[in-house]
Parts: sequence; structure tokens; C-alpha cells
Amino acid sequence: MASKQTNPPETDQKLEADTQTEVIRQMAIRRGVRALAVPALAVFTALIIGAVFITFSSQEVLAAWGAFLQNPIKALSLTWILIRDSYLALFVGAFGSPTQMIDAYHKWQISGDTRPLLEAFRPFSESLVISTPYIFAGLAVALGFQGGLFNIGAEGQLFVGGLASAYVGYAIKDLPFFVHMPLALLAGILAGVVWGAIPGFLKARTGAHEVINTIMMNWIAFRLTDFLLTGPMARPDGLPITPEIRPTAYLPALFPRPMRVHVGFFIALGVAILVYWLLWKTTLGMEIRMVGANPHAARTAGVRTSWILVITMAMSGALAGLAGANQILGVDHRLARAFSTGYGFDSIALALLGNSHPLGVVLASLLFGFLRGGAARMQSVAGVPVEIIRIVQGIVIVFVAAPAIIRGIYRLKKPSEKEAILMGGWAK
Amino acid sequence: MPPLLELRQITKQFPGVLANDHIDLTLNEGEILALLGENGAGKTTLMNILYGLYSPDEGEISLRGKRVIIQSPRDAIDQGIGMVHQHFMLIPVFTVTENVMLGVETTRAGVFLDRQLTSQRIKEISDQFNLQVDPEATVENLSVGAQQRVEIIKILYREADILILDEPTAVLTPQEVEEFFRIIRTLVEKGKSIIFITHKLNEVLAIADRIMVLRAGKVVGTTTPSESSKASLANMMVGREVFLTVDKPPAKPGQVVLDVNDLHVLDDRKLPAVNGVSFQVREGEVVGVAGVQGNGQTELVEALTGLRPVSDGMIKVMGKEFSNFPPRQMLEAGAAHVPEDRQLDGLILSMTVSENLVLNTYYKEPFARGITLQKTAIEQAAIERVEEFDIRTPSIYMPVSTLSGGNQQKVIVAREFSRPIKLLIASQPTRGLDVGSIEYIHNRIIQKRNEGCAILLVSSELDEIMSLSDRIAVMFKGKIMAILPAEEATREHLGLLMAGITDIETERVAT
Repeated sequence: MASKQTNPPETDQKLEADTQTEVIRQMAIRRGVRALAVPALAVFTALIIGAVFITFSSQEVLAAWGAFLQNPIKALSLTWILIRDSYLALFVGAFGSPTQMIDAYHKWQISGDTRPLLEAFRPFSESLVISTPYIFAGLAVALGFQGGLFNIGAEGQLFVGGLASAYVGYAIKDLPFFVHMPLALLAGILAGVVWGAIPGFLKARTGAHEVINTIMMNWIAFRLTDFLLTGPMARPDGLPITPEIRPTAYLPALFPRPMRVHVGFFIALGVAILVYWLLWKTTLGMEIRMVGANPHAARTAGVRTSWILVITMAMSGALAGLAGANQILGVDHRLARAFSTGYGFDSIALALLGNSHPLGVVLASLLFGFLRGGAARMQSVAGVPVEIIRIVQGIVIVFVAAPAIIRGIYRLKKPSEKEAILMGGWAK
Repeated sequence: MPPLLELRQITKQFPGVLANDHIDLTLNEGEILALLGENGAGKTTLMNILYGLYSPDEGEISLRGKRVIIQSPRDAIDQGIGMVHQHFMLIPVFTVTENVMLGVETTRAGVFLDRQLTSQRIKEISDQFNLQVDPEATVENLSVGAQQRVEIIKILYREADILILDEPTAVLTPQEVEEFFRIIRTLVEKGKSIIFITHKLNEVLAIADRIMVLRAGKVVGTTTPSESSKASLANMMVGREVFLTVDKPPAKPGQVVLDVNDLHVLDDRKLPAVNGVSFQVREGEVVGVAGVQGNGQTELVEALTGLRPVSDGMIKVMGKEFSNFPPRQMLEAGAAHVPEDRQLDGLILSMTVSENLVLNTYYKEPFARGITLQKTAIEQAAIERVEEFDIRTPSIYMPVSTLSGGNQQKVIVAREFSRPIKLLIASQPTRGLDVGSIEYIHNRIIQKRNEGCAILLVSSELDEIMSLSDRIAVMFKGKIMAILPAEEATREHLGLLMAGITDIETERVAT
């Protein structure tokens, strides 16, 4: 770069093609590193703050600090042990224990018994299972954001997706797997499409804000679920759960029990690639991004903005519907009222964390999925409440939404002015 | 006595661009210094450094002989430097008082906003500097000239001694420009010093005490109005002789391309903005619509491009009716539109240069096959256009927001002119552009006209209308006052028509 700086007086300030690519590469690398730096440091800092909360959650440790002056060593060592045990438990709960894995591998080598292996990798598999609906729902919200729309209705779309796929899963008999499963998935997608298209249509026609309408659609979906589960879709014995869906509709598990990870995870990754392709490689995706970035210019350029609004909401709904179908067909195999633990709402945070980009959403979903996966073990082994992880997740989101805090703490250089414009993407 | 302000050897490098190359600048007390240069010459960068928005890689700033370090606008304001940007930084829904006090709020008991106090001070400043503005008015209801006065009051409120004005007359009507000059002279009488950035050569000659010309990041020279002329300044800015008038062979109008018949269009408040307008534009001719902004030209162009519904009357393009058709159909019929507000309607600032260059053609061959975008075709076209239209950007992948105003406009022009078009509707096409760019765009427009394109030019720059048009229509309060052949139109006559004084009365005035 340095040798290209001095331009002879008469040359203007354009660059030739080869130095263009050089400039781009440098900026892309710098931008990539910066893009990861804030979220990575955010997670790190959040874990540190989480450690403080962990300390406060233990009576024993608090008592030791109360008697700090008498026995400082005890307070410090108890604190350290608690934090170490908690995060170790978190790690093992999320990924599995390396020693257990090696042990199981040897056992398998010796006796051919796969059970210990499956047990050893179960935590990892659980984390993937938890991440999968996050990926779908995160993509749904991210797609909405790219189109300038706030889809707060992912949860409701998820619910109707689950309902539709559950129905097709249990009500239709005697279909071979390669018809039944796709059909059930399709039902989930279509239900999501309808649930998303309605607010989209209302916005296109009347300008009614999608935030309000999607929230209202959520409530309708919840009550609809209640109604269906206590009536038409309930089990014969009256329990508010749907009948078991037939195995031909299952999203097949990839490994035997107790590993629950199923095809849905790979479908989610595939869908992420599809969303990427849609947004950046197709004309429709370009129109969605145009309307999201500047509806005036989009309209002047000839884009039918109302139509794009409906399509964007419909596609966003489809993705969220997939999240619901994924849970029913791949994990629960029947629908109960509590089948979603707020995936639709968490996904809003995930889409922001991932900067509305499919790759970012996948990474953010994996992060949250693994954190969630480890949380249960943290509670059972170290006695630390699961909510601590929710706190950690929340802090990560705050830091990512306000990167200036992280930059201030770690004295990161502010992105240079022109680069700041390039990176402008966190806020819409 | 040391000069009020000295910039020494200021250097600033951006990726791929040396924006300021060891620049020296002096400003004396009570002086009006004009900073002249093409877009991309480095004027705004230099002033942004002075105002603390950028920090220089090399060089230093001294005030009254003492070195100062300015790392943020706060520092600049503390040192008595204030800046009014080309694109105003006002909150439309706030009042004048609220906008002025934003960031330096006066409070009662540290908690409650004291608008009274600020309002008072605004009235004092208003009276002292003759800047008439109502402190209680909501900014979005003010005219552009009034908004500019608010921006100036903002700086004076913060006790600036040095005022930096970036393209202050770009958005003003001719009357407002006169008013602006009066304000500047008053400010200087009261002891302020002014740097203003501009491309407008006649204004520079009218108001500046000294003129400094930048080109490609370097100082080309410093001069005074008495020692220079429009031609010599343009020469310094561009590095070669500039033809300020366009070479135009006589028009050979062909078929009627655009036929507007008794058009009525309502504005956003449902009041008539276009009140029965009829005219035709033929192949190979330029019809200029002159008039002070706000007399229905914006609504007329919106109706012609499908962005606003027609309430009565008819628009025909190539004989086919096109009233109330969606914008894409107009574009497909061979119409091109260079919109008035390039950042709002013409470009998507967060998208790249190459994306913006296909903003209305991305769905057609060769840029797309079916639903898939053809990246190589788009890039290839972008590289060609950047080359052909001399768009200054380090790369086609930069977001178009990083380009200067003039280069942004060139992107729009490049996009529209690279399609086969039969009708070009250009609204304020050279607003905010420098001499070199204006010359270029004017030449391109005439070239299109010679190729047989029908051109409707809407502009509030009378010079531009008179230089490019074959026929001139004057709009006043939604009606066309008259349509004259360009040879017969004089500035005075057009000026009167623009003010609503019709021919009959003109004759009476002349005798």
C-alpha cells in the first residue's frame, strides 16, 4: 500500500484495478477482525460479570465474605472454587467432558460398545439441538430486519408452525417417510407464511406498523393453541397435548439415543445458506434490501415496495414457522403448550447480535445454544441458578447493542471515520 | 500580529486517497476566505479537520499564534470555531430554541430545561446580527433560508469567532442568496471571521476577500476577486481551460415524446400544486422549466415519473397514455429520471457504488438471469461506468455514502445515461456540484439531446436553464407563465415571469 501513496500532481485520486482489490482486501480484513472483536470481548466481559452474580448467588460464599476480615483466604478461595466449578460445569454441560470422551473412545475400541461414546458426546448434541430453533427464528427476524421490518411475531409464527406440522404429523396415516416428513415441514412453513403475511399485508395496505400487528398475532396464536389443545387437537384422554406424531413424520435423529441431535440442525444450516443466497445473489433479495435501506429510492427505482413488504414478512414467517416445526418433528414429537421457551423473542436479540447476517445469526445461535446447554449442568453440579446464564446472555446483548461500552473498557480504537460509515450496520 | 487562524502542513490520508497534502491556510481577523475546489479536492476534509471531526496525520493548527489541538467538535467549539454543514443538522420536529440549545442545554436547578433563557439569547443574537427567526417555530415548518439562519445562530450562540460554512448557498433561491450575503457582511462587521466552501464562482467573486483554490488535496493558489475571473478560477480548480458555456448546435426537434395536457397534481397537503399545466417535449430538444423552488416543479416531476398520482389531465409518452402508471413502467418505456434529492430518492447510501449503478436495471439482462444476479456483469459495467463518467472512488465496493456529493450525482447520471433512453427528466441535476462536474454533466445532456433524446430540465439555476435549453417554460404557483424560445429569453424577462409578472404587465413596466 505504502508505495502507491504518492500520486504525481496531475493524476487524480482514482485507483487502478489491482490496487482496488488490495484496498478492499485490507478493509475487509480489518472490518472482519473488528466485527468479531466486539462480540468476542462482549462475551468475555459478560462472563466476568456473570461470575460476580454467581458469587452473590451462593450463601456460603457470601457468608465467607461477611467474615472477610477474620479469614480473607477462605473468602477468596471459596469464591475462586465456586466460579471455577461453575464455569467448568458450564463448559462440560455445553460441550461434554474431554476426559469422558477419550475414555469412551477407548472403551469403544476395546469392546465395540457405543453407549459410553454416545453418553460422552450427549452434551454437545444437546447444545446443537437447543441451537437449531434459534437459528431458524434468528434468520426469520434477521430477514425481516434486512427488509426494514421488525418481526416481533416470530414466537406466534413458531407456534402456528408447530401446530400445523403436529397436525400433519399425527393425523395423516400410512404415508412413507419421504413424503410425510416433508409434508409436515411444509405445513409448518405455510402456517408461518400466513401468520407473517397478514401483518405484512396490513402494513402494505394501510401503513399499520408491523410491531403492533405481529405482537397481536402472537396473542392470537397462543390462544389458538390453547383452544386447539383443549379441544380438537387434544389427546383422547383429555390431556392438553397433541397425540404423538407418527414416526414417518419425524425429523430423523442422526445418532441413537441418548443423542438427540437431528437432521433439523443441518436443515437449519442449509436454510442459512439459502437466506444468504437469497439476499445477496438474487434480484428479489436485492429488492428486499433496497426497501429495507431506503424505501424512497427503492420506489423511485421502480421497486413495488408494497409487494416486497408482504413477501418479506411472509418469508420471515415461513422461517419462524420452520422453527416451530423443527421442535415438534425433531425433538418433542408432540405439541404441548410449553413447547417453546421463548425462542421467538430471544431470536430478536440473536438477529441483532448477528448483525442481521445469516452467518452472524448462526454463530450467535450457537453461542446462545451452547450457553443454554451448559446452564442446566451448572445448576445441578455447582448449585448456581440457571438464570445466571440468562443474565450473561442479556449482558452480551447490551454490550453488542452499545459497542462503545466495550470499546471504552478495552480502549479499542474507534473505527476510522470512513470505516465507520462502512461498518454502519448495527443500528438501522 | 499573528493571523487569527493558521493551518500548517495539514495532511490527511484515507485508504487509497490522499485527501489533504501538506496544506497551509491562513485566516485573518474579519476576513471572508473562500475555499474553492472541485468535489474531492479536499475542502470538506480540511474543514472537518479544523472542526475536530477528523484528526490530521501531520500538521498543526494555531489560533492567534498559539498551537491548539482539536480532537472533537467540542474542542473546536471551545476554541471559538463553529461549522454549518451543507446538509443541515437540525431536528425537524424540535423548535428553533430546542435545536439551538441541543448539547449545551441551559437548566434551572440543574434538571429542568430553561427554554426561556435560550429564547432570550436567540432574540439578542437575532437582533445583533440581523438574523430574523422565530425561536418558537418548529424547524420543519421553516423555509430553507430560515433553517440556515438557525444553523448560524447555533454557532453564534456557542460564541464562535470563526464560522465555517460548507456550501451555504447550495439550497438557497436567488433572493435568499442576496439575504445570505447581507448576513455575512453583518457578521464580519461585528468582528467575526468566515471561511466558506463553495463551487459557485460568481458568488466567490461577489463576496470573498481572499480565495484559496484546492485541487487533488493540494493548494493550487491564493488570490483575490480583483485579481481573478470566473475563467481563471475555473482553470485553477480543474487544471485546464474550462468552457463555462456549452457548445450547442441548433436543435432539430423530431416527434413529440412527452405530451402533458392540462395536468393537475395535488401536493402532500392535498392542495393543488400543479394547476393545469400543458406542454410538449420533442425528440432532440431540451425544454427547461425555470422557477423558484416551491412553485409546483417537484410535484410535476413526481407526477411525470409515476411517484405521485395525477388528479386531472393527461400524460402521454410516445403517444401512449402514462398517467398514474407505476415508476417501473415509465422506466421500461425509456424514461430516465435524475431526481432532485439524490440522497433520498436517487441513491441507497448504504449500498455500494456498483449496486447503485444498477439500482433500476438489476433485474434485467445482463445483470440478472432469471432471479439470480450476475455479479461479474454488474462489476464489469460498474468499472466501465466509473471510468467513463470519471467517478472518483477508491473502489466500486465502497458504500456510495463515502463519495462526495458531486461523485454521488455522477453515479446517478452514469446509471441513467447508460441505458437507451428516449426521455430524460432531470431535476436540479447539478445541485451542489463543482465546476468540472457541472461542465461534464451539461455536455452529457447536450450530447443526449443531439442523439435525439427528449429532455425536460427542471432547475432553479437560471444560468443552467439558459445555457442548456432550447425552449424555456417558467412555472409560478403551479401554472406555466410562458414558454419562450431560448434565444428570445433574457434574464430580466425570466426573472419577472418567475416572480409571477406576466408579459402584459412586463410591457407596462418596460415603458
